[in-house]
Amino acid sequence: MAEELKATRPSFKPALSKAVTPPTAKPEQASPSYTWKDFQSDQDVRWCPGCGDYAILKAVQRALAEIGRPPHEHVFVSGIGCSSRFPYYVSTYGLHTIHGRATAVATGLKVMRPELAVWVITGDGDGLSIGGNHMLHILRRNVDVQILLFNNQIYGLTKGQFSPTSEFGKITKSSPYGSADWPVNPAAFALGAGASFIARGMDRDPNHLVGVIRRAYEHRGAAFVEIYQNCNVFNDGAFFVFTEKDTKPQAALFVEHGKPMVFGANRDKGIRLDGLKPVVVDLSTGQWSVDDLLVHDETDETIAFILTRMFDDPKHLELPRPFGVLYAVRRPTFEEVLREQVERTIEAKGPGDLRALLFSGETWTVV
Amino acid sequence: MSKRDIRIVELPEVTVRIAGDSGDGMQLTGSQFTSTTALVGNDLSTLPDFPAEIRAPAGTTYGVSAFQIRFASSDILTPGDESDALVAMNPAALKTNLARLRKGGILIVNEDAFSERDLQLAGYRSNPLEDGSLAEYELYRVPVTRLTEEALKELNLPFKIVERSKNMFALGLLLWLYDRPMDHTVRWLEQRFAKQPDVLEANLRALRAGYHYGDTVEAFTTRFRIGPAKLPPGTYRNITGNQATALGLVAASYRAGLELFYGSYPITPASDILHELARYKNFRIFTFQAEDEIAAVTAVIGAAYGGKLAVTGTSGPGLALKTEAIGLGVMLELPFVVLDIQRAGPSTGMPTKTEQADLLQAMFGRNGEAPVPIVAPATPGECFWMVLEACRIALTYMTPVLYLSDGYLANGSEPWRIPEPEELPDLRPRFAQEPNRDGRFLPYVRDPKTLARPWALPGTPGLMHRIGGLEKQHETGNVSYDPDNHDFMVRLRAEKIERIAESIPPAELEGDPDASLLVLGWGSTYGAIKTAVERLRQRGYKLAQVHLRYLNPFPQNLGEILQRFGRIIVPEINLGQLVRLIRDRYLVPAEGYNRVRGLPFTASELEAKLLEALTQGNGSPGGRNIHG
Repeated sequence: MAEELKATRPSFKPALSKAVTPPTAKPEQASPSYTWKDFQSDQDVRWCPGCGDYAILKAVQRALAEIGRPPHEHVFVSGIGCSSRFPYYVSTYGLHTIHGRATAVATGLKVMRPELAVWVITGDGDGLSIGGNHMLHILRRNVDVQILLFNNQIYGLTKGQFSPTSEFGKITKSSPYGSADWPVNPAAFALGAGASFIARGMDRDPNHLVGVIRRAYEHRGAAFVEIYQNCNVFNDGAFFVFTEKDTKPQAALFVEHGKPMVFGANRDKGIRLDGLKPVVVDLSTGQWSVDDLLVHDETDETIAFILTRMFDDPKHLELPRPFGVLYAVRRPTFEEVLREQVERTIEAKGPGDLRALLFSGETWTVV
Repeated sequence: MSKRDIRIVELPEVTVRIAGDSGDGMQLTGSQFTSTTALVGNDLSTLPDFPAEIRAPAGTTYGVSAFQIRFASSDILTPGDESDALVAMNPAALKTNLARLRKGGILIVNEDAFSERDLQLAGYRSNPLEDGSLAEYELYRVPVTRLTEEALKELNLPFKIVERSKNMFALGLLLWLYDRPMDHTVRWLEQRFAKQPDVLEANLRALRAGYHYGDTVEAFTTRFRIGPAKLPPGTYRNITGNQATALGLVAASYRAGLELFYGSYPITPASDILHELARYKNFRIFTFQAEDEIAAVTAVIGAAYGGKLAVTGTSGPGLALKTEAIGLGVMLELPFVVLDIQRAGPSTGMPTKTEQADLLQAMFGRNGEAPVPIVAPATPGECFWMVLEACRIALTYMTPVLYLSDGYLANGSEPWRIPEPEELPDLRPRFAQEPNRDGRFLPYVRDPKTLARPWALPGTPGLMHRIGGLEKQHETGNVSYDPDNHDFMVRLRAEKIERIAESIPPAELEGDPDASLLVLGWGSTYGAIKTAVERLRQRGYKLAQVHLRYLNPFPQNLGEILQRFGRIIVPEINLGQLVRLIRDRYLVPAEGYNRVRGLPFTASELEAKLLEALTQGNGSPGGRNIHG
């Protein structure tokens, strides 16, 4: 199954790509190999020193090199926020748009230029607050783009107000008595929206993140990747329980398709289903073995529901937080369906004849 | 057919209004009468007038739907002021429409619908058919409901179908009265109800019953004939503004050699454009029904960035939501067109009624200095040509362009001379192919003539660049906060829009060039202004007219024209928006004439206003608004 999922990005059929290739595109050179530096732009990177964004940028550049498509075939579209400066720093095509709307911009671009690799870079505020509506719709439409949502649970660019992912009761400049907002769970939101691909990674595990980004690219359809990112200025350590050496093994569960859900410093813990309820079991006592554990199946919506709902308060975790590809299914993409409608109509009616259209309906002639 | 002597009177023009409950199919009846009228060769102009409610409670005054058509054997420009004939399908329709029937006009009422309850719903204290209040009209009491039932009796159809067929009875009677053939409507019904033989039969019978009723009932002693109009040679079709806009976009896509992306969120009265375009997939047209107005326009920006012809359409409140993205378009300098089919505002306002009050929003409704070219068609048929112009300007100057139509143009129709595709402008853009500065590609190096920046498509090797809404350094496009650079770029973007004036036709002066009074208008008021001006000129007065299709920038010769006139009156369906721009720009004492009733101007009210101005003596009051 995993093999099949990975092979879900064949290149577009000649008939389609012929119609959508820009007049300027030149035939591809023999595929060169790239390094991450080929995806580095000439602009100075201006994030705060120590920002998690640097690691994510590097991971994306590494993933792009591994993917091996030439830089000019990639477009990075972003909204507003710290993360959204991202397009300036990758040497691909890039569009820095307005707050919350990168997903909508990317939709128009991908529908009209399906042969391009379109990436959306957004943050928790940009993508889930002001842009929550568009996020819902790009996911349900399944537009074939990779959405990298940098989650730092704070508004960085506007200097430290609580965000839609901030924990309940968060004390910030705009919530001195604690925020009254219940936080959104991004992965559960994505699943509820009908996303066909949901994954979670972290800035402090770049190797894992590169793999997740590559999987997102290979997925055909909207790939929603939540990336935990440390804002060391306004929300330092928000995810340390998941990312730092001493707590990470107990707090983070790295899931893999077809493999039982094992975690813990000595790989001595696992997730077992009690009915539909996930529970942590200890593998060291002999009461439970790996065979009793829940085996991850990316295509199983029920498992996806369980995994996205494993979202305990990090201060007193009962369940670990899952990382990796939580859900991946193949469903027709929005642009495939639209393009197919066009091609099918042309097949049925022939290409549009402007003169016939203008002169259609009831006409009369004055001499 | 008739054994009676029925007089046939030739008339140069007639205005007919039909009104009924919004469930009565009045718009359908009106548009069918219009098609037939177009086919017999009359010039015509229509005014659909319907409520915002999908179907308000039957019999109420707020549920009345009306359709007015003026048709003539000569060139006409408005749907008429007062009507010569009114068909009222119920008391509410009579109550709300009688004021628009001229004294002595023909009044046909469905007397079956004048029950106690119907009268009460319409707010009548006594039955107007009985109390003598209609004495000044030529009243025909026709039992439309009963006669329709009778005609359909043997079909044993459900009451609903019978009830719904009575509009065809009314249409049949009108076709008879104005001497038009039934065959066109018959063909249309056969097509429409091909799969519902029962309904087809019901409609055909009702239609014929209405037609023959005119023939046989002794009450009607006169029929009217309106000869064909002498229009310039060519092949014509009847077209509404929204249809013309949609066709113009298909044509623009064809002449630009670019796939069209139309992103829109449904809103009255712009939705028809989305509906129309959604049908033309074999023209490689992609319609995107977005989740909201912002997604519609931003998806359009994505499509424009991808190198396609990108258009979004909306109406007033939707334009308000799109403003931030249009500002982004100004910064990105990407070509796209924003259609605003204006309606009565502010806010939700009166969605089905017309207004011209978004001009200042189009002009200034963005943060920062963000000039955007604005074009506005003057008639339904002109919508086709002006949307092509909007696309031409966008593609030539790499800018968002605003196109201001309105509810009156959108739904109103007129005969339209169909152009041959090769008559249309060549809109093919030139995409950047190679680096433009020392082996590098700079996205904001400009064409010296138009100041347009190059359009480089993602996917093109060697032209990679990054653009966004942040202020950009001249030529490189890199983010820049340099104060002098910002000042320079703001002026440069403004200069680019100003230069569009070099590519647009000069303003055309109609009427008497040596007059002292100039009437300046824009958009859908053209027909009413022109008619009023012509009527006064025929009465011996001297006056001139300029109608603007380009509102930003203005035509280059406009200032010179305005300076020539002692008095300038600017009629607008708003509280004085163009007049502000004109006074500000040219320092001339232009005066507004403003009515904001959700309705187009009538030629008569304008004629009266202009006459007053002409006879006021020489003292120009200058610079004040005449509010109604």
